[in-house]
Order: sequence, then C-alpha cells, then structure tokens
Amino acid sequence: MPDTQELQNLVTQVRRDILRMVHNVNSGHPGGSLGCTEFFVALYNEIMELKDGFDMDGNGEDLFFLSNGHISPVFYSVLARKGYFPVEELNTFRLINSRLQGHPTTHEGLPGVRIASGSLGQGMSVAIGAALAKKLNGDDHLVFSLHGDGELQEGQNWEAIMYAGGNKVDNLIATVDRNGQQIDGATEEVLPLGDVSEKFRVFGWDVLEIKDGNDLEQVIAGLKEAKSRTGKGKPICIVMTTVMGNGVDFMMHTHAWHGKAPNDEQLENALGQNPETLGDY
Amino acid sequence: MTKYTDQGKQDTRSGFGAGMTELGRTNPNVVSLCADLVGSLKIQTFIDENPERFFQIGIAEANMMGIAAGLTIGGKIPFTGTFANFSTGRVYDQIRQSIAYSDKNVKICASHAGITLGEDGATHQILEDIGLMKMLPGMTVINPCDFNQTKAATLAIAEHHGPVYLRFGRPKVANFTPVDQKFEIGKALLLNEGTDVTIIATGHLVWQSLIAAENLEEKGISAEVINIHTIKPLDDEAILASVKKTGCVVTAEEHNFLGGLGESVSRVLASHHPTPQEFVATQDTFGESGTPDQLMDKYGLNNKAIESAVLKVLKRK
Repeated sequence: MPDTQELQNLVTQVRRDILRMVHNVNSGHPGGSLGCTEFFVALYNEIMELKDGFDMDGNGEDLFFLSNGHISPVFYSVLARKGYFPVEELNTFRLINSRLQGHPTTHEGLPGVRIASGSLGQGMSVAIGAALAKKLNGDDHLVFSLHGDGELQEGQNWEAIMYAGGNKVDNLIATVDRNGQQIDGATEEVLPLGDVSEKFRVFGWDVLEIKDGNDLEQVIAGLKEAKSRTGKGKPICIVMTTVMGNGVDFMMHTHAWHGKAPNDEQLENALGQNPETLGDY
Repeated sequence: MTKYTDQGKQDTRSGFGAGMTELGRTNPNVVSLCADLVGSLKIQTFIDENPERFFQIGIAEANMMGIAAGLTIGGKIPFTGTFANFSTGRVYDQIRQSIAYSDKNVKICASHAGITLGEDGATHQILEDIGLMKMLPGMTVINPCDFNQTKAATLAIAEHHGPVYLRFGRPKVANFTPVDQKFEIGKALLLNEGTDVTIIATGHLVWQSLIAAENLEEKGISAEVINIHTIKPLDDEAILASVKKTGCVVTAEEHNFLGGLGESVSRVLASHHPTPQEFVATQDTFGESGTPDQLMDKYGLNNKAIESAVLKVLKRK
C-alpha cells in the first residue's frame, strides 16, 4: 500500500472544503459528498492517469464522469486541490456568475468537467460513449464513473448497463455509491434496489465490492483491483458501501443531511471533527 | 414564375442515408448510432462500409443520446437515428442536459417526422418536435424539403460544430432542388420572386407551396416563395426583405401551429414589421392513421390549403 498519510490529510481538508462551501451559501449536498470523499481523493490522486492541463477530449488520459451531480462539492474540491482551477474559487460555489454551478456543467467552462449532470441517471451512458470513443481512437486509457445507489432507480441506467455488458465495454469502471440513503429515506424503503452486485453480474458485468468505502486503503485497493480486471471482455462495476455524511458524527447514518447545509454552530462542530491540514481556501 | 422540375419522387430519409454514405467515406470522425431502425433510417451502406463506426444501441433511446454525448468527448461526430417522436419527446431531458446544455457536437437525425409517417398513427407521428428542439439554447434546427437538400444538409451539419436537430420524413415526395446546391445553415432560399404575398414554407410543404404559387399565378396573384430549411437560426433578413415588399405572409409546415416555423416567423414580424399572417399547419391536434396524402388533405397541409390561406391573408393587407 502507498503511504496514505498525505492522502488522508487531503481527505480531511476536502471534508472541510465541502462543509464550508455548503455553509457559505446555505445550500448544497454535504451528505453524499462527505461519504464519497475517500473515493474522489483516491481516484484523482492515486488511481487515474492524468495529463497536465485540461482539454475536453481527454485523449491519452483516464476520464471520470460524475453521474450523481448533486455531490458537486466533493468533485469541485478535489478538482481544485488537484490544480484544475484555483482553490479560492470554491468560495463562489452556487453564487451568481460562478463557474461552480450547483450541479456541474460544461457550460461555464470549468476545467475538469466534461458533461453536465444533475438530472439523474444519464452519466453511465455518457461514460460508455467516452469509453467507445477511446476504443475507436486506439487509446488504452480507462473511463471511470460514479453513480448514486438511489440513482439506479432511473431506467436509463439499466439501458446502459445492458448495453455495456452486451457490448463488452471493458475499459469502463463504474462505481455505485451504496450508502443506502436518498432524499425521502432509505433506498430499500423508497424503492428497493436489492442485490445491486448480482443485478450488474447478470447483465454481464464483472463486479467487485469495497466493503468500507470510507477506508482510504480499502478504496485504493479496490480501485486498483478493478483496473487490473479491465480489458477482459466485461465492464467493471464496483459496489462501494459508504456512510452518507461520513466524518461528521451528527451527519452520519441518516438521510437528513442529503441536501441541507449546517448552520454556524453545526459548522463549527463539524470542522472541529476535521481539523485543518492543508490550509483552508 | 420560376419552374421547378420534379426529378423523380424520393423519400427525404433516403437523402439522409445517401449523406451518411458519403460522410462514411469522407469524414473519419463521423459515427452513427441507431435505436433498432436501421432500415427506416437508410443507413445500411454506412454500416456495411464502416462497421466499426456504427453502434446499434437497441430500443433504448435515452441511452443512445448519452452514448452519443460521450462519443463527442473523444472527438467523434455522432449522428443518432430514430423516429422523430423518439428522437425528441421521448428523450428531451437527455438532449437537454447531456447534449444541449453540455454543448456536445451531436447530430440528432430524426426520420418519420410529422403526420406523413401515415398508417402507424399518432403514437409514432410527432407534430411538436420543431418546437421542442428550437426552445433548447444552442440547438440548430433543420427541416429540409427534398432528397437532394436532405443529403446536402447531412453533409453540412458534419462541418458545423454544435448540437443539431435534422428532421426528415418517410413518404416519397418531389425531388426538385438542384443536386449540387450548397447547403448553408441558416440561409433561407428564395425559390420564386413575387409581389403580392410571401409564402414561407419548410419541409414537405415547400413543393406544395410552389404548386400553390403556380396556381395563384393563373389567378393573377404573384406569390414569393421562400424555403426555410433552417428554422433555427432563422434567416430574419430574408423574411423581412420579402414581407416589406409583399405586405402579407402565409407560413406552411407539417407541424403544429404552436411552436413551429409559423410562430418563429411571427416573432420576427412582431418585433420588426407587423404583418398579416396565416398559418398552414396542424391546429393543436394529434394525428391519426391514414395514407400520407389522406392525412395531409384532412389536416389541411397541401397546395390547396396554402392557396386558401393566401386568398384569406390578401384580404387582410
């Protein structure tokens, strides 16, 4: 395993960014963002092969697509801290004239973002298209995507899952954030998803699981394992169990913080649980 | 009256297929996607010649739009193909977010538009698609009139960067535009000069407008005929120049009068040069089963309907 202390510091700092961003505008989605922090930090800093700079086509590098666009705070923070745009710009999240729209868009030209997302269920199709383009271009880099588990209730996903399995899109690694929560409550109460792994498997995918998606080492190991299984005739699905709101005790194990910002006092408490490591923006 | 010759009836969808065949040979970035309607879209030759650049998506139009958006990210120029109803209404949100808002270079190619799809009836016809597509910021909307122009439009949109909606149909109609006529997106074509009335038509109604103009000439009425193949961006200048001369206008389209070409023309006139206008279009209704000719007759979308509209609007000058 790599020395993860530096990455762990980044995880903590990203959590602070998320909390401060949503607090600043009293809106946004901290719960899912906090739950996926380890995944984003690992993906962008340990897993993906990235070129310097940013261009839309992304030939010659790995690509990532965020399908559940509402967790934009974690995406923006990790992109900024990776150098795609100034970290100070996080201060403009959801404000008028900002490139950091509530849900990500290419419309404002934010480096690092290649598709708009927010209306759920569209990201896997886009990721498949990008993966097919890589095959046509003879580019052996990979395409990664992230999907909320509640988002799988959108039917377009199953069109995409059927297509990728049936057409051997084996340069695609799609991760499902299995936190079990959505706006109205537990996924199994709103509309049961059942055995997500088995569902992908019967559609022709190679599936692996990350039991604790908030354990940085497990996430890195899982993503590396997924990479090693690409190019073998099957798309790869990672079912990653996370805790929504992870890292802030009063936000964990509930859907209450799916789309709600902390007040001043709650922010202070939450930041206290995640002390500054790399400097606030 | 300028005379136009019917070079032989052909379907506009075959014009699309012919355009795709040529693009397959000339533009290596063009890729084709289809949702289980290869035969209807006339793209078999493209597939035979470029199997690696064709994606059979199956009956899954939403996925097709997303995959097309993703392919652009690798520098490809995707042409999606299915019926107009499933190309627009069924996948409006996918087009809105993943293609238009994301400014992706996808060409949404839609066959069997309007009621001339015929016997399949209202579930497979669409009379709202121009409106749906023109309301999307950044979307170019093109509705060519015959085989030659559809082929030329297919070639032209590959050279244009940005999302495009290309609309064509199933029935065999007169092929009358010059085979070598260059297609300029957004540039209206003045087909016949006249002084009494302007007929602005799109798609299958352009040929009907020429017939109407000929009949009107026999009655001593001089009609100017403009072919609007690009509904967005609309050639405001060409429209205004004509109505300033004639003082009244009839718009003609195989589409609902709400949201179509006629409304776009009204907007230009209301802002710049208020002018009496009559609409040859469907009157906020769904279609039904029937032959294309029967339907065009029943819903008032032919040269006779255009003539009547001209006589009506002339009284309002």
